[in-house]
Amino acid sequence: MTDQLLSIDRVSRVFTIGSIIGGTHLQALEDVTLSMDGSRPTILSVVGESGCGKTTLARIVLKMLEPSRGIVRVDGKNVHDARRGLSDAQFRRTVQPIFQNPFDTFSGRKPVETYLYQTAYNVCGIKTKDEATQVIAAALESVGLDLRIVGGKYSYQFSGGELQRVSVARALIPRPRLIVADEPVSMIDASMKINIVNLFLQLKQDHGISFVYITHDLSTAYYVSDFIAIMYRGSVVEYGPLDLVLADPLHPYTELLLRSVPVFGEKWTGEIGMSDLETREYALAACKFAPRCPYRREICAQRRPPRVERAGGREALCFKPTDYREE
Amino acid sequence: MKAVKRHPRLVIGLVLVAAFVILGLVMPPFAGHDPRDWNTFPKHIKPNPAHPLGTTGLGQDTFWLLSYSLRNSLILGVLVGFFATLIGVTLGVFAGLKGGWADRGLSLLMDTFIVVPSLPILILLASLLQGRATILIISVVLIVFNWPWPARQIRSVALAMREREFISTAWFSGESTLTVIRTEIFPYISSWAVGNFINTVLVAIAVESGLAVIGLSSLQESTLGTMIYWALQYQALLAGRWWWILPPVIAIVVLFVALFLVSSGYTQYATAKRGR
Amino acid sequence: MIRIQDVKASYFTPAGEVQAVDRVSMSILDNEVLGIAGESGCGKSTLIKVIYQFIEPPLRLVSGRVEATTRTETGETAVMDGAALRKAWWQYISYIPQGSMSVLNPVAKVGSQFLDAVGKSTAFKNREELYSRVTGYLRELDLPVDVLKAYPHQLSGGMRQRVIVALATFLHPKVILADEPTTALDVVVQRGIITMLAQLQRREQNTLVIVSHDMGVHYQLARRMAIMYAGKLVELAEVGAIVESPLHPYTNLLIGSLPRIGDHARRQGIGGAPPSLLNPPPGCRFAPRCPRAMAACQAADPPPLEYRPGHFVACHLYGEPRTGGA
Repeated sequence: MTDQLLSIDRVSRVFTIGSIIGGTHLQALEDVTLSMDGSRPTILSVVGESGCGKTTLARIVLKMLEPSRGIVRVDGKNVHDARRGLSDAQFRRTVQPIFQNPFDTFSGRKPVETYLYQTAYNVCGIKTKDEATQVIAAALESVGLDLRIVGGKYSYQFSGGELQRVSVARALIPRPRLIVADEPVSMIDASMKINIVNLFLQLKQDHGISFVYITHDLSTAYYVSDFIAIMYRGSVVEYGPLDLVLADPLHPYTELLLRSVPVFGEKWTGEIGMSDLETREYALAACKFAPRCPYRREICAQRRPPRVERAGGREALCFKPTDYREE
Repeated sequence: MKAVKRHPRLVIGLVLVAAFVILGLVMPPFAGHDPRDWNTFPKHIKPNPAHPLGTTGLGQDTFWLLSYSLRNSLILGVLVGFFATLIGVTLGVFAGLKGGWADRGLSLLMDTFIVVPSLPILILLASLLQGRATILIISVVLIVFNWPWPARQIRSVALAMREREFISTAWFSGESTLTVIRTEIFPYISSWAVGNFINTVLVAIAVESGLAVIGLSSLQESTLGTMIYWALQYQALLAGRWWWILPPVIAIVVLFVALFLVSSGYTQYATAKRGR
Repeated sequence: MIRIQDVKASYFTPAGEVQAVDRVSMSILDNEVLGIAGESGCGKSTLIKVIYQFIEPPLRLVSGRVEATTRTETGETAVMDGAALRKAWWQYISYIPQGSMSVLNPVAKVGSQFLDAVGKSTAFKNREELYSRVTGYLRELDLPVDVLKAYPHQLSGGMRQRVIVALATFLHPKVILADEPTTALDVVVQRGIITMLAQLQRREQNTLVIVSHDMGVHYQLARRMAIMYAGKLVELAEVGAIVESPLHPYTNLLIGSLPRIGDHARRQGIGGAPPSLLNPPPGCRFAPRCPRAMAACQAADPPPLEYRPGHFVACHLYGEPRTGGA
C-alpha cells in the first residue's frame, strides 16, 4: 500500500488576536482532514469564500504556519517535525508553492532568474552554473517561456500572466511531487487564467506532479480537479470526486455555490436568500452554515453536524443526508 | 559641479566633515608635542602667528589641543555610532524574523533601555569612576544606551518583511535565514542604517560633551567637551579669553551642522536614487 | 440618454501619456442595463470616470465629450455636460466606485455617514424626516434597519456593499454607474447584489451601467454589452447577440476561454499580453494576438461600424455593413 502523498489529519488552527490578557480567539481551521493518494498524480481543489480558512490551510501544508492541533504528513512523514519527520531540505524537494500575487512572489530588487538559480543550487544541489542554466531553461520551456527572454529581467518588466508562469517554472525546478497553489489565477485576467490552469493539467500529465489548487472560483476548480473539497468557516463541509460532488451535491452550501456561479449563457434559476446582519452568536456547538441554510432544522442549531460518508469516497458535514438524525 | 547642484546638502556636509577629519585625525601627529601637557607654553597668550588660537590657562596651545580633542570626540562618536547601529540592526532583524521567545526577550530588553533615562545612569557611573573614565568606558556605556533605538525600528521592518511572500519564495528556493537577511532585507534597510549611524554619532558627541561640561567625563582624555569644561573652570568667559572657550564651542556647533547636513543630504540622495 | 462622443482620456504620468481610453463613442439609453466588459487595463474604469465627470489629475479628458439628455417633469429636454453633470451628482447620476467597500469611514457609524452624504445634496427639512425616509428605503430593499447603528467593520463585505448600493440609489438617480461592484465578494453574495441591482433597475426604470471583467455577471444582468480592449471599444451589441454570434475575434476568444461547470472540454486562452498604452501599436491594437489578423490590421485602426442592426464591431473583417438597413 503506497503511502499517501499528502495527509492532513484533524488539523486545527486558532489565532489569538490582541494580547494574552483580553484577546479574542479566531478558530481559523477546525478538524480538517483531507488526503491525496500517492499512486498517481491528482489535482485536489479546495474551494471556499474568503475567510473560510483555505489560505491558512495552504500555509500550514507549506510549513509556513504551525497547526494548533493535528498533523500534516507528506509521504508518511510529519511535515512540521524537522528532526523525526521531513527535514527542511527534503520538504523543499517534495513540496513547492505558487502564490496568488506573482509580483509579491519575487522581490522587485533583483532579476527573477536569481530565484531560479538559487533554487537550482540550493534545493537541487546543482554545482555548476552550466548545469543550472540547462535545468532552468528546461523549466521555463515547460511553461512556455524562453530563458533568453526572461534572463536579466526584473519582476515589474513582466505581465501578471507571464510572471506567474515564471513562478510555476521556479516551483518545477526541484521536480516536486506536490505543488500547493494558493489562488494562482485570482489576479490574472480571464483570457490568461485558462492558460495557467491548462499548464497545471499538462504538468500533471507530463511530469506526474500533483496539485492542491486553492480557489474561490468554482468554474476553474471544476475545469482542473479530480477531487474537490468545499470549505466553509474553517471546516470542510463536503469532499469527493469532482463530478460526483458537483453533479449531485450533498451539502446545502455546495448547492448554493453552484447555483450562484454566474454563467455566460445560462441565467440563474430559483431564488437564494440574502444573509442577515452578521451576528457573532452563532452557537459554536451547532452548524456554522445553519443561519444561511435553506434546509435548516432545529437540530442544526443545537448540535454539531456529523461527518457523513457516502459511496465513491464522498463526505459531507451535514444533517441533511442523514434525514436530520445523528448517524 | 553637477553633483553640488543636485545634492547641495550632502556635498557641503561631506566637505565640512572632511575638514574636521583632517583637522582631527590627520593633523595631531604634526603637533610635535602632547597637547594635553600643562605648562608647555606661557599661559593666556592671545592668538598670534606662533599660536593661531593662542594658549590656554593651563599653558597649552589651543589650536593643537583643539585638534587633539576633536580626534577624541570623533573617535568616540564613530565608535558609538558604528557599534550601536550594528548591534541594534542585528538584534532588531533577529527579533523580528525569529519571533517567539527570542523576540519577546529582546523586545523587553529594548524597551527597558529606552525607558530608563540614560543621563542619571551616566552621572552615577561618572561619579563612581571619579574622573577616571576613559573614552572607551564612556563609549561602551553610550553604545549600551543607544542600540535599542535602531533595534526597535528595524524589528518592525523585519516583522513586516516576514509576511512578504518573497521571503517565503526565498525559503523555498533553499536560502538560509542569514542569506535572506543579507540579500532580501538588508537592501531595504541599508540606507536607513547609514542615516542612523550618522545620527548616533551626533548624539554620542552631544551627550559626551554635555557630560564633560559638567565635569563628569574623562578628566585625563581631552574632548571638545572637556576643553569647554576646563575653560569654564578657569573663568575664560569672565576673563574675556575668548580664544580658549570659543573654538571648541564653535567646533561642536559646526560639526553638528555638518553631520546633520550629511544625514539629511544622504536621505535626499538615497530617495532620489531609489526614485529612478 | 447619455451620448459618449469620441472620448479620448489619458493619464499623464512621469513615464508618459497612458492612453487609457482612445476615441470611444457609444450611446447609453434610458431604462437599460449596459455592461462594459474587458480585462484589466482595457479602459473600462476610466470610461466610467469620464462619464461621471470624475476626472482628476493625472487623468485628463484629451478630446471628445459626454452629453446627457434628460427630460424634466415639465416635459422639456435638458442637455448637460461637463460641469453641469458634476453638479448633478447623486441626484441625476450616481457612482459606485471600485473597491467601494473601503469607501466607508471606519470610525463613523454607517447611519451618520449615510445621513451626512445624502443630507448635503438634498433639501430635507430636518434630520428626523431624513432618517425616517432612509429607514423606509432600507426596508424596501430588504435591508435590516440595524445596519445604520453599526460600524463598517462590523458588517460583512456583502452587507457593506448593499449599504453602498442603497446609499447610491437613495435619491433615485436616473443613471447609476457601478464599477466592479462585486469584486472580492464570494459568488453567493455576488448573486445577491446583482439581483438587488436588477430589481432596483426594473422598479425605477432608470439606466444602470455596470463595469465588470466577469462575463457571467454581464449575462445575468445586462441587456446590452460593450467589450473593450486596450482602450478601444471593439464590440457592442445585445447580450443575446454576443452569445449567439460574437463578431470580434477577441470576443470570440474571450468567450471560448471561459470554463463552464458541466463541460470538461479543453479551452484555450489568448497568447501574449495586451499592448502597453504608453506606446500603443499603430493599427488594430489586438492584431499582434489575433489569429485572423490581415495586412490591413497592422496598418489602420478599424473604427466601430454597425455591422448588423444594433451590433457594432471594430474589425477589418467586417468592413462593410450588411445590407438590410440600420
